[in-house]
This record gives sequence, structure tokens and C-alpha cells, in this order.
Amino acid sequence: MDLKDFKFTKEHEWVKVEGDIAVVGITDYAQKELGDVVYVELPEVGSTYEKDEACSNIESVKAVSDIYAPVSGEVTEVNEELEDNPEIVNKDPYGKGWLFKLKLEKPDELEELMSADAYDEYVQGITKE
Amino acid sequence: MKKTKVNKAHYALKGKMVEFVGWDLPVQYAGINEEHNAVRTTGGIFDVSHMGEIRFKGPQALDAVQYITSNNAAKLKPGKIHYTALLTGKGCFVDDLLVYMINENEYFLVVNAANIDKDFNYMKEKSGHFNVEITNESDDYTQIAIQGPNAEKLLSQFTDTDLSAIAYYNFTYGKVNGIDHIISRTGYTGEDGFEIYFKSDEEIASGLFLELLEKGKKYGFVPTGLGARDTLRLEAGMALYGNDIDDSHTVLEANLGWILKLKKGEFLGRDILLKQKEEGVKRKLVGFEILDRGIARHGYPVYVEGKEYSIVTSGTMAPFLKKAIGMTYLPIEKCEIGSEFQIGIRNKTVTARVVETPFYKRNK
Repeated sequence: MDLKDFKFTKEHEWVKVEGDIAVVGITDYAQKELGDVVYVELPEVGSTYEKDEACSNIESVKAVSDIYAPVSGEVTEVNEELEDNPEIVNKDPYGKGWLFKLKLEKPDELEELMSADAYDEYVQGITKE
Repeated sequence: MKKTKVNKAHYALKGKMVEFVGWDLPVQYAGINEEHNAVRTTGGIFDVSHMGEIRFKGPQALDAVQYITSNNAAKLKPGKIHYTALLTGKGCFVDDLLVYMINENEYFLVVNAANIDKDFNYMKEKSGHFNVEITNESDDYTQIAIQGPNAEKLLSQFTDTDLSAIAYYNFTYGKVNGIDHIISRTGYTGEDGFEIYFKSDEEIASGLFLELLEKGKKYGFVPTGLGARDTLRLEAGMALYGNDIDDSHTVLEANLGWILKLKKGEFLGRDILLKQKEEGVKRKLVGFEILDRGIARHGYPVYVEGKEYSIVTSGTMAPFLKKAIGMTYLPIEKCEIGSEFQIGIRNKTVTARVVETPFYKRNK
């Protein structure tokens, strides 16, 4: 998978910018760590979040993980398909398993996120521990 | 961290390892849902060597077992097993366990990993006035659970023992791959299956685990971890010590009246349990299903008529039933099937309904 258009956070989320919209999801590493996703609680369309604010959560069989807004903005769309088929997050985390879209409020924040290579290194650092 | 003798096999199988009460064990291999459903439909192999084994031997072995546990061990026969509670003086749980009757002077008790030292010391303390020798043999035994509808088919390829002759909750001695085993038709999954106990080195233990999987492939066996063990037992309505049962809830409150035999003679907590039985319990452990969206987890608050009453003792998304289920204690007047109450799931409140347990029952 070519991830050069994706930006990453330390919370193992990704952002893909399409115009002034940021599509948000969790990384392949995150879905593997979580295990089978059984429930996705999505934010409400129209609500706004500051960067790093908890806005939704994902549950696997064993655990609950918060999802943080990787950048500030207003939720414009959520992936409603996940309500009935949460396992899509495991099957296609970078594609059909996207979580929600934010209207970018502060585009400069994107520069604080990691590139695919930097994220790879970050994950390797974690798994070595 | 402690390692079972099967540890090497878990790494060879790329299990996702976690610390569980001091042990290095796999929480999952391929994934909890897949492992869970394999056990429901074909089979799974668990390393449960962390469980504890304590032997009671001597002329008063039965008297000691009778005094500290709730079920009637005098009803056992050699080769039979029962589920029971190790009691506090107040009729609550020090632990829950299986008692294997070897002969009239010898019983083999299988206890939870987290409680081995506590149980062993408690048993010695409370049985001090009986002529019995109590030994903790937990480190000697490897225990492997072969669970699922195809369990007999698979295990029969490793032993000359006639497995079809072993009824549920019975055991026998036999050889598996040429090594002495206790072969027990028991499990913690709600499926048919066996738990085998043996003494060996790591090579043999890991080797047997891998060989069971290798030969089990064609019957749909997969390696299964602690995650599936927990979801399987919950779906089957089985209590977990430390979650659903503990030293502050009695055997009657835990809805385990069937393992309480009040007429068997004197035992720990008998007076309190007898009184509670006569007066009726004020709260009881029930199973529930969530009616709204959301999954209840251990520790989430339970509200009855708007007031916080207790906590969810166990909760999960049941992989086979595909429902959010759980257990909790409710006031007795709210325990009937269909009764509704609320659970706080982080920032929202959902409605749950009391349902029959076990949530899942296999076709026999």
C-alpha cells in the first residue's frame, strides 16, 4: 500500500487530506494491536474538536481505545458502514475502514504529523522495546 | 515472569503474549473471534498450565475437602469430578475449583492460577485439625485443554484409552503419546472437550501442543489464547473468580445454589448460608443483554431505578452469539428474566435486560 499521501500520529491514527477535508482512520499497526474490532463509536457530524481531543472510540473484543482528533476541525462525515460492519477496520484500515472526516480548521497542524517513513520508524521503536 | 512448559510453542506459533497473573501467556494467536468460533464449531487447543493443582491425601482427605468446600464430595466416586467453591467463613468464595476423586483417601483439586498460594495456605490453615497431607503440585503439571465438538476425534489419535467411555466430568489415567496423563472430560468453554494433565520437560510439552495442532488441522483445530478462553466461558455463562465471584458474594448470591449442599454436615460458612437460604438472598448474579448500542465491560456502573447499585462483573461482545452480553449483581426483585436496568458506558447510559444463562448452550 502506498502511504505517501498519508500523515500519521503517535496515537496510531492516519490523516489523508482531500482539499480542505482530512479523512481519519487508524493504522494497520493499531488494528493489529487492537485485535478484532467489534464496535466503533463515531463522533457526531457537526461537532468540532481541537487537535488531540478524544472524539470517539473503538472497541475490540478485549479493549476500548479512544480515538483523538489528529487535527482541529468540524466533523463533516462519518463512516456509517462501520456501525454494522466494524470488522472493516481490521480488513482495510487505510481504505474502507476510514472513521470520519474533519474540515481542516488549522492546516498548519498537519506539519506536526509524521510521514509514512517517520511513522514506520516510530512503530519499530515501539516493537523493539 | 513465569513460563509454562508450552511457552516455546506459543512463540513458534507467534502468539500475542501478555502477562497474566505473573505468567507469560498468549492472549490470542489469529484473533479472538476466529479462535472463539473455531471452538464452537470445530476445536481449539489451550495451554492452561498456569492453573494450580493441589493434592489432599490421607485418612481424612474427604473430611477436609468437605469442611472447606460447598459441594458434597462424599457423593463423588473414584474417577468423578465436581465443581465447587472454596469457602470463606461467611459462605463467600476464596476460589472456585474442581475436585477430582482419585480414591477415598486422595483428592486432586484444580484451582485458579491467581489464587494458588492463597488457596494452598488457606487449605492448610483450615484443614489443620484433619489427618491429611496437602501438597501444592502446581509447578509439576502441564495442562492442555482440547475443546470443541471434534475434541474426541483428535485426542483419540494420541491415546489407546477409550475416550468415548469417559463421561462429562469424569477422568481416567491413560497414556497420551506414550506419557502418563490424567485425561479429564472437562472444560471452561461450554463445549465438549478434554483437559489433560501430565508431567514432562519443555520439549515434550511444547512438542505435544504443536503435534495436537498439526494433527488437528484437518479437524479445524486452531491454537486458542486467553482472550477466547474468557469470551467462551462468559458466553457459556460460567463465572470467573475475581470478576463475577469473590470473597464478598456468597455462593447463593452467585446463583450457584446447585454446588451448595447444606445437609452434608459441618463446613465453613454453613450457618450463614443456611440462614440466607431460609430468608432468601437480597441480590443475585444475573446475565444480561444490552438493548442499545454499546458493550459493557468489567467495572462499568450499573443503575437500578436511577441509582448506582453495582458494577458489571463481566461483559463482552459475544463472538458466537454476536450480542453484547454480561453479568452483574441486581437486587432480587429486579432479577426476573426480562427485567430492565441501566449501565453507564463512559459518557452515556444504555438499557440492559436480564436474560437466561447460559447465554449459549451447545446441542448435545
